[in-house]
Amino acid sequence: MSTVLDSKIPAGPLKDKWDNYKNTIKLVNPANKRKHTVLVVGTGLAGGSAAATLAELGYHVKSFCIQDSPRRAHSIAAQGGINAAKNYPNDGDTVWRLFYDTIKGGDYRSREANVHRLAQVSNNIIDQCVAQGVPFAREYGGLLDNRSFGGAQVSRTFYARGQTGQQLLLGAYQAMSRQIGAGNIDMYSRREMLDLVIVDGKARGIITRNLVTGEYERHFGDAVLLCTGGYGNVYYLSTNAKNSNVTAAWRCHKRGAYFANPCYTQIHPTCIPVSGDYQSKLTLMSESLRNDGRVWVPKKQGDNRRPQDIPEEDRDYYLERRYPSFGNLVPRDVASRNAKMATDEGRGVGETGLAVYLDFADSIKRLGRDVIEARYGNLFEMYERITGENPYEVPMRIFPAVHYTMGGLWVDYELQSTVPGLFVLGEANFSDHGANRLGASALMQGLADGYFVIPYTLGNYIANNSFPAVTGDEDAFNEAESAADARIKKLLSIQGTKTVTEFHRELGQIIWDQVGMSRTAEGLRKAIDQISALREEFWQNVRVPGEPTTYNKNLEFAGRVADFLELGELMARDALEREESCGGHFREEYQSAEGEAMRNDEDFTFVSAWQHTESGHVLHKENLEFENVELTTRSYK
Amino acid sequence: MANSMNITLKVWRQAGPDAQGGFETYVVPDANEHMSFLELLDVLNEQLIKEGKDPVEFDHDCREGICGSCGVVIDGMAHGPQQRTACCQLHMRHYKDGDTIVIEPWRAEGFPIIKDLVVDRSAFDRIIAAGGYISANTGAAQDANALPIAKYNADLAMDYATCIGCGACVAACPNASASLFTAAKIAQLSLLPQGDPERKTRVRNMVDQMDKEGFGDCSNHAECEAVCPKGISISSIAIMRREYVKALAD
Ligand SMILES: Cc1cc2nc3c(=O)[nH]c(=O)nc-3n(C[C@H](O)[C@H](O)[C@H](O)COP(=O)(O)OP(=O)(O)OC[C@H]3O[C@@H](n4cnc5c(N)ncnc54)[C@H](O)[C@@H]3O)c2cc1C
Ligand code: SF4
Ligand code: FES
Repeated sequence: MSTVLDSKIPAGPLKDKWDNYKNTIKLVNPANKRKHTVLVVGTGLAGGSAAATLAELGYHVKSFCIQDSPRRAHSIAAQGGINAAKNYPNDGDTVWRLFYDTIKGGDYRSREANVHRLAQVSNNIIDQCVAQGVPFAREYGGLLDNRSFGGAQVSRTFYARGQTGQQLLLGAYQAMSRQIGAGNIDMYSRREMLDLVIVDGKARGIITRNLVTGEYERHFGDAVLLCTGGYGNVYYLSTNAKNSNVTAAWRCHKRGAYFANPCYTQIHPTCIPVSGDYQSKLTLMSESLRNDGRVWVPKKQGDNRRPQDIPEEDRDYYLERRYPSFGNLVPRDVASRNAKMATDEGRGVGETGLAVYLDFADSIKRLGRDVIEARYGNLFEMYERITGENPYEVPMRIFPAVHYTMGGLWVDYELQSTVPGLFVLGEANFSDHGANRLGASALMQGLADGYFVIPYTLGNYIANNSFPAVTGDEDAFNEAESAADARIKKLLSIQGTKTVTEFHRELGQIIWDQVGMSRTAEGLRKAIDQISALREEFWQNVRVPGEPTTYNKNLEFAGRVADFLELGELMARDALEREESCGGHFREEYQSAEGEAMRNDEDFTFVSAWQHTESGHVLHKENLEFENVELTTRSYK
Repeated sequence: MANSMNITLKVWRQAGPDAQGGFETYVVPDANEHMSFLELLDVLNEQLIKEGKDPVEFDHDCREGICGSCGVVIDGMAHGPQQRTACCQLHMRHYKDGDTIVIEPWRAEGFPIIKDLVVDRSAFDRIIAAGGYISANTGAAQDANALPIAKYNADLAMDYATCIGCGACVAACPNASASLFTAAKIAQLSLLPQGDPERKTRVRNMVDQMDKEGFGDCSNHAECEAVCPKGISISSIAIMRREYVKALAD
């Protein structure tokens, strides 16, 4: 039966909610913290910052990651920057504006109270990171520099060259390392969480697999923090690191945590296109390139002249044509969809026809090569390294790629899932970005959750509950470990004819085609059938090589692809239910005569939260109340 | 269309930490110039799985040169022939049809082999845990702009901070020294005022840990700098020595 979810938003005016919350929660006696073990799964910005902070507070923390070191979490790859409402440039930024831009950018499908808290703590993040020695870019006077990013009229993005994620993550990693050295965090690298263990209705443990020896381990404590990142790799090709997965979140989902808005995925318009079947991942090119590059395709279908041989009158600068006031700077979702339209019409470029040009010739003529080099030199170099083409001379080829997932496990204001004691942080939760995330706000959210939110909300949970001892020998642990082992054995026993990668690619293609940049009821129904058929085939015909007791990357991936095969179907279902277009979710049936997205606020101002049951998925709703902002239509014409 | 290349690979195979290892030779008949080096290994592995053999294990994650997971010795060079490039960013257009490529794991006492091309680099984490941080509890920070830092120092600190912890410096060093890795962090933190209070204990503890892990001494070969995908300068090692001497003087 479908129910309405309670997000536990504190009382009071928006700007006082977080303070009111902090003023009224119960605190844990400092001397008792040591007695509470907290399991933190994931060491990205969310998990790294949470583990460090909780250990500083005195909790006993156990931390887990897939990679050989916590420093290698996917967060390391973020390039552009992190937002905060510092208003150092004095250009009129405020907490309210950061809140408002994020709500609007999310196409009014996120929770006001959470987003406002995020904007409030954003400034503390920058202070904290500087104190840790994060070498942010500075001006000559020695103060911090800011840059502007999409979706905002103020300069509020802090950055460390093109490696902001790396520097922020190393800051968190070093804070963690200090606690590891002090014995307050037990670090378990090269571990994969395979299940959540619930004892007497509360999350009390996890089952992990040691990826080097294949051994299962039972870890237990008083709360579990899931900080395992997003599920973009369901598409096979994405800008996510290869190990990014949904497995931990999905296993929690199957144990009772609701999965919210799985259909909200973000497709970034400026990535380096696919070059062949062997392609293993996609590389993002910062969207700042659209400030000076002009996007075009040939007017004629199948025009395979070299770009420099195609005269002006045979080119279609489609973004400038369709969106005269924003031109090449339309938001991510609009730019991506238009690139798809051009290639669907057979006007794509390059060997595969799945690319559009991003041309700097005019800017180079106008500003000179030096200026362009100063602005984008490192990006041009990266492009050339990958494609072997010199973008100063021939236009870049770009194409959209999956980049971020706004959906994730449902959490309330305290970041607690529908399973008591299971908290979800960072990209793994659904909470702050609605149907579309603005640039530079994922890093902000991950660190807000870990450094500044969870210390309070976890404390409140611990102080209000009792925790009878668990030993790891309870039935729930036995059952979860046997189930994990049975799955691994099953995967290895099939010995079919198709590899894990082949299945993953096929799944990715279905989802990209039907649950990607634009969706239709018909396509989504087709996808549901195709995915369930593929899943069946997987369990009969997959070939997983090697042993369960040694390092075996294919075996790890097999388990993750199996979960993606379930998640993919839910994404399609969620997209089918949502009969409107909003943010990253574009339903062709719901567009204006000019082809722009049309929200349906009357019927769809809610979060879809899916419950897994033996007999299938059940949809629950969290109604979104907007008391402080007015819902308007985004227009970029 | 891209040209197809026939590439022969001689790959180090080793079943486990204590197993005897050796080279195996494989042919990938349909490599192409647009592939990355790791994609070539993917193609090889798909081929091996179809033949019922065990794929070659290698570490990788971001595949864009930033996570530091990847790292193999290619024809005797850590990360391969292209300078300032992690092997995940190396592309096959640097090779031609008929080439033979030899692939080995990092070899160093401090990095025991786990399987095939995968090694255990956890020693690096222990070096950082010994002191590679600034102690700043969450919530205790002052306003970020209360402490201006000269742009020159901030930029230089950033240069050293870009180390990805891949371990190529160790693999390339005739002494298997971890000096470049360790020094990069010491240099970064010593250039920032926030790092000042702990500078002496930091350098002492990190250098001691480095020695404990079985890494060799630095004797200025500079092979590390040559292979470092991030171009970390050996000037960091000079800074580390200076810091160490100053710390001992007390
Ligand atoms: C190329 C790129 C550029 C980006 N640039 C920006 C930017 O400029 N600004 C911005 O704000 N955002 C950016 N983003 C988005 C942002 O980087 C991510 O959303 C964010 O870093 C996610 O952090 P996280 O801590 O939630 O998860 P992650 O960093 O993904 O960490 C997940 C952690 O969980 C662990 N884990 C996962 N599954 C398991 C399991 N089953 N068992 C054990 N451990 C597990 C992993 O090992 C890892 O430690 C970018 C994203 C990409 C792909
Ligand atoms: S110093 Fe260079 S080679 Fe050594 S670990 Fe760091 S990035 Fe790798
Ligand atoms: S795979 Fe991340 S640096 Fe090569």
